[in-house]
Amino acid sequence: MHSYDYALLLAFFALVLLPAPWLGRFYYKVMEGQRTWLSPLLGPVERGCYRLAGVDPATEQSWKTYALALLAFNLAGFGLLFAVLLLQGHLPLNPQHLPGQEWSLAFNTAVSFMTNTNWQSYSGEASLSYLSQMLGLTVQNFVSAATGLAVLVALCRGIARRSASTLGNFWVDMTRATLYGLLPLCLLLALLLVWQGVPQTFTDYVHALTLQGADQVIPLGPAASQIAIKQLGTNGGGFFGVNSAHPFENPSAWSNLFEVASIILIPVALVFTFGHYVKDLRQSRAIIACMLALFVIGGATALWSEYQPNPTLNSPLVEQTAPLEGKESRFGTTASVLWSVTTTAASNGSVNNMHDSLNPLSGMVALVNMMVGEVIFGGVGAGLYGMLLNVLIAVFLAGLMIGRTPEYLGKKLQAREVQLLVATLLVMPVGVLVLGALATSLPGPAAAVSNPGPHGFSQLLYAYTSASANNGSAFAGLGANTTFHNLMIGLGMLIGRFGYILPVLALAGSLALKKSAPVGQNSFPTHGPLFVTLLLVTILLIGGLTFLPALALGPVAEYLSLGL
Amino acid sequence: MNLPVSEVKAAPSATARTTFAALWRPALVQAFVKLDPRQLKRAPVMLVVELTAIFTTLLCLLPSDVPTGVSVQIAVWLWFTVLFANFAEALAEGRGKARADSLKAGSQGLNARRRMASGEFEVVPASDLRKGDVVRVDAGEMIPGDGEVIEGIAAVNEAAITGESAPVIRESGGDRSAVTGNTRLVSDWLLVQITSNPGESTLDRMIALVEGAKRQKTPNEVALDILLIGLTLIFLVVVVTLQPFAHFAGGSIPMVFLVALLVTLIPTTIGGLLSAIGIAGMDRLVRLNVIARSGRAVEAAGDVHVLLLDKTGTITFGNRRCSAVHAAPGITARELGEGALLASLADDTAEGKSIVDYLRQLHDFTPPDAAHLVPVAFSAETRLSGVDFGAQRYRKGAVDSVLAFVGMQRLDLPAALAREVDRIAQSGGTPLLVCVDKRLLGVIHLKDVVKPGIRERFAELRKLGIRTVMVTGDNPLTAAAIAAEAGVDDVLAEATPEKKLARIRQEQNDGRLVAMCGDGANDAPALAQADVGMAMNDGTQAAREAANMVDLDSDPTKLLDVVQVGKELLVTRGALTTFSIANDVAKYFAILPALFAAIYPQLGVLNLMQLASPQSAIVSAIVFNALIIVVLIPLALRGVRVQAASAAHLLRRNLLIYGLGGLLVPFVGIKLIDLALNALHLV
Repeated sequence: MHSYDYALLLAFFALVLLPAPWLGRFYYKVMEGQRTWLSPLLGPVERGCYRLAGVDPATEQSWKTYALALLAFNLAGFGLLFAVLLLQGHLPLNPQHLPGQEWSLAFNTAVSFMTNTNWQSYSGEASLSYLSQMLGLTVQNFVSAATGLAVLVALCRGIARRSASTLGNFWVDMTRATLYGLLPLCLLLALLLVWQGVPQTFTDYVHALTLQGADQVIPLGPAASQIAIKQLGTNGGGFFGVNSAHPFENPSAWSNLFEVASIILIPVALVFTFGHYVKDLRQSRAIIACMLALFVIGGATALWSEYQPNPTLNSPLVEQTAPLEGKESRFGTTASVLWSVTTTAASNGSVNNMHDSLNPLSGMVALVNMMVGEVIFGGVGAGLYGMLLNVLIAVFLAGLMIGRTPEYLGKKLQAREVQLLVATLLVMPVGVLVLGALATSLPGPAAAVSNPGPHGFSQLLYAYTSASANNGSAFAGLGANTTFHNLMIGLGMLIGRFGYILPVLALAGSLALKKSAPVGQNSFPTHGPLFVTLLLVTILLIGGLTFLPALALGPVAEYLSLGL
Repeated sequence: MNLPVSEVKAAPSATARTTFAALWRPALVQAFVKLDPRQLKRAPVMLVVELTAIFTTLLCLLPSDVPTGVSVQIAVWLWFTVLFANFAEALAEGRGKARADSLKAGSQGLNARRRMASGEFEVVPASDLRKGDVVRVDAGEMIPGDGEVIEGIAAVNEAAITGESAPVIRESGGDRSAVTGNTRLVSDWLLVQITSNPGESTLDRMIALVEGAKRQKTPNEVALDILLIGLTLIFLVVVVTLQPFAHFAGGSIPMVFLVALLVTLIPTTIGGLLSAIGIAGMDRLVRLNVIARSGRAVEAAGDVHVLLLDKTGTITFGNRRCSAVHAAPGITARELGEGALLASLADDTAEGKSIVDYLRQLHDFTPPDAAHLVPVAFSAETRLSGVDFGAQRYRKGAVDSVLAFVGMQRLDLPAALAREVDRIAQSGGTPLLVCVDKRLLGVIHLKDVVKPGIRERFAELRKLGIRTVMVTGDNPLTAAAIAAEAGVDDVLAEATPEKKLARIRQEQNDGRLVAMCGDGANDAPALAQADVGMAMNDGTQAAREAANMVDLDSDPTKLLDVVQVGKELLVTRGALTTFSIANDVAKYFAILPALFAAIYPQLGVLNLMQLASPQSAIVSAIVFNALIIVVLIPLALRGVRVQAASAAHLLRRNLLIYGLGGLLVPFVGIKLIDLALNALHLV
């Protein structure tokens, strides 16, 4: 690694961590309707939205009403997107006259964007009209991220409130999350990207004659605005097929830095938002410490692995640097690995290199990042509520050992809470292992892999992990655009999204109802190095125990057979 | 009748040993009886193990790649796993049952004389009595059920329940009206109104708490059960999906091995011992002579934040004692000592005796022959007591009375003595002046004496984060003084039942759990409101019904022990759960390389323990899994000790022992078993 590699890492951590406390407080104020510097500008818009929709922002909802509103909103979003994708051939803003998507692909895509997964079994420039990209995908990019944020604040309120029966108003939370939480930052990032050369235009694709005399079609479109939310909203669905490896999505070193930092900018900040909700920033610091530790362990492993020379070329005649297959030479190894680790840690899924070409160990880091449930910063809102589930599990497992009914921040964890926690624990095993087993045992779906042996298994495992974790990145090589995989991966995404959201909201409702015991010397300590270690071990243990056999048959076997 | 009880009380360690010897045989039989799936349903994890054991036994009969010897060994050890868990539960049950059975024996064939509507009495079996029935009990008869005395006064021997052989007086009205079934009237007669239906009596409750099949699971146990079922489901998914993955990789895993993997992964250790832990916890409580209405209350005791303790009887001895003497100016300590001793010799009250005891320890006196002493008893008129010894009149009494006796005004009191008197009064004590004739000798300091060791117990509780509140009818000044001496955290002075109730509600509104004990009828609302209410057995029926625990020894300090039992119960469960889950890591490293040896030989690198062969690795893991249950039975029955320490300290310690220990122990254990298996050529 060169000095500029270290500079990149330093700049990345600075960009992500330094604004987090400030941004986290901003999100708290925004979501609780307090006045911020944006209020004079956006306040009238916000109130206008409520008037238009007939929402009374002062009315709060029980967890059930909140969940029903969320489901209805998501269903409507899915329906709209599904229709647009099917019918885009008959809709305006389609300069390339692209036909509608095949139904299973449209289903897969609609589910994918509604669930904040952004798994893409299609290539944007070859199959989507500008209208589909903007009205369909970009809208879902915003509202799926806002949904995650809404669920998170509902959980925060559930933990913070005492003997309360309501969790807030879903419509208000959605409005505030989108209006204050996402739009301003996206505007800023889009402008930065346009400055760096990302197109933002409605004009047709450009036809050019290459030096070889061939006719080249250069795709354009309103890319910058979509890429901004794709990164900030932990969506990850690229405007172009190769995502942020495409020179129009990610033209320069600067755009690469901005984009990779944007992936976890909001998730990191939200950890502080939680601290403001529970009026104890020590909790935030403990959670951040655990996330950072997991991130750094994974990142260091992946970097080390990617800087290893290719053993098959091990000969004094060959001078080797780090292998660059599947990577953009514009970005090099460090920037590629940093992106891979970040995009899988957060449930983003955008890529600037091809994960299929990663060494087995760094591929495994990407897999593990997702398998632990996207809790290492994770998706907007989703990452932290996933992490809080792990916190509750850790507290329940070890909490009894201080001789008290396990309590988190004064809230007792009883049968009802454990029931809901167990429901969320089952999401990843069912989504990844059961659906994966189904895919591997049917001859047709299993043939979609492009490599034999452990690597082929990794491709399948990766696809179902990515779907269930709502990540959306792909281990290229799997021909995923088949009816089976479109439907099953779609199912995986639905399980992975709502298998968490519904129990989390129920949990929030149940916790809100409880009285809160005063936190003191005899409470289970949920800050400090001991708890951080406990949380870390719990996450790795649960993920490890669930997925070790599968990983052994995939990346581990591949790694050991390479003799690296 | 009261044999087992007094035995337990007399020599707990000796009985523990003899009980074990007497218990393990029936427990062994019970271990097989409990294989009945209907019984095993209460422990879902073990039910899964039993199903896999049946499945594996069937697999042994089918041809397979695995040598039949190995399959049979796996099947046998799976059966052992279930049997060991059953044995643990049976052993825990046996200890409590032995006591319950001896109690039950007393109630067999018991008859009662029930009052009919006509006012006459008819003889019916005790088991036919219902709430509200009125029975007559005469001297020498057994009281047929729990009830309240509505007429009469009698001495009752409650040894069968409490182990205390001295009879106690029970009478209608007042605070001593409650009687317990199966206790014997030793004098007079009583009319008793029965207050519990069959199956709800104190005795029935005691039996239900220690019988596994009838025992209601406590809230934390239910929550833990759900988690264990969840983990079992996850591992079921992991194991079931492994075969398709192996097929995709071009291989196949023998079914027996998959079953072995499943059983080693699911939390069998805690799943097998969970019930035994709960029963043993209740049994510890019964040994303390405390009867809980439900396990829920015992668990809640572990969670308590605040203890409301009555001053009298709990914190102090309840009567004032001499704690110091101060001489008047010009009087030697010996003169005062002799004078005070003489003035108190004839005083038969506890206070008088305490003065004599105190002075005898201080000085070496030979009191004059009693024949020379003319006792002067306390009279309402003089409000003094003492003796006439020859011509000298020794007197002691309250300050004003003695001053009147010596013919002095309060202001005439020597300054040094006056200061001492004021200091004693301000510290919550009672000053008594001593004089001989017209000469003031000094002042005796009487005070409510705090029980020895209670301060240290409160300090321990504070370390566990539990606050103690002293409840007393004293004025705030006296209360504060005693509170400071006893080391309680807070005081509720001039307490009335309403004030107590309000205090409990206030603490609960702040999210705290409150425990208290009481005996009077006016304590009943507070006892009912408290999260843990412990009534004294010699208290009123109202208090006993409102409380969720009854202390048969009527010792309020028991509350502290109950808290300890509650905590131990929770810690033991948590420790074994952590241990159980941490064990899985080593088991993976034993089994995974063995499973995949044929498919990807390179995965042999994961065989960290260098186990001899795939078969021996799998058998070793399953043997370890079964034996660890046996190894941990003593811990499950005894419970993990909870020292007085902060939560962070307890967590660190237990994580280190049971978390890290759970991670490392199986690596060693499985390796040793593997060496043994290969040395014996079993695989």
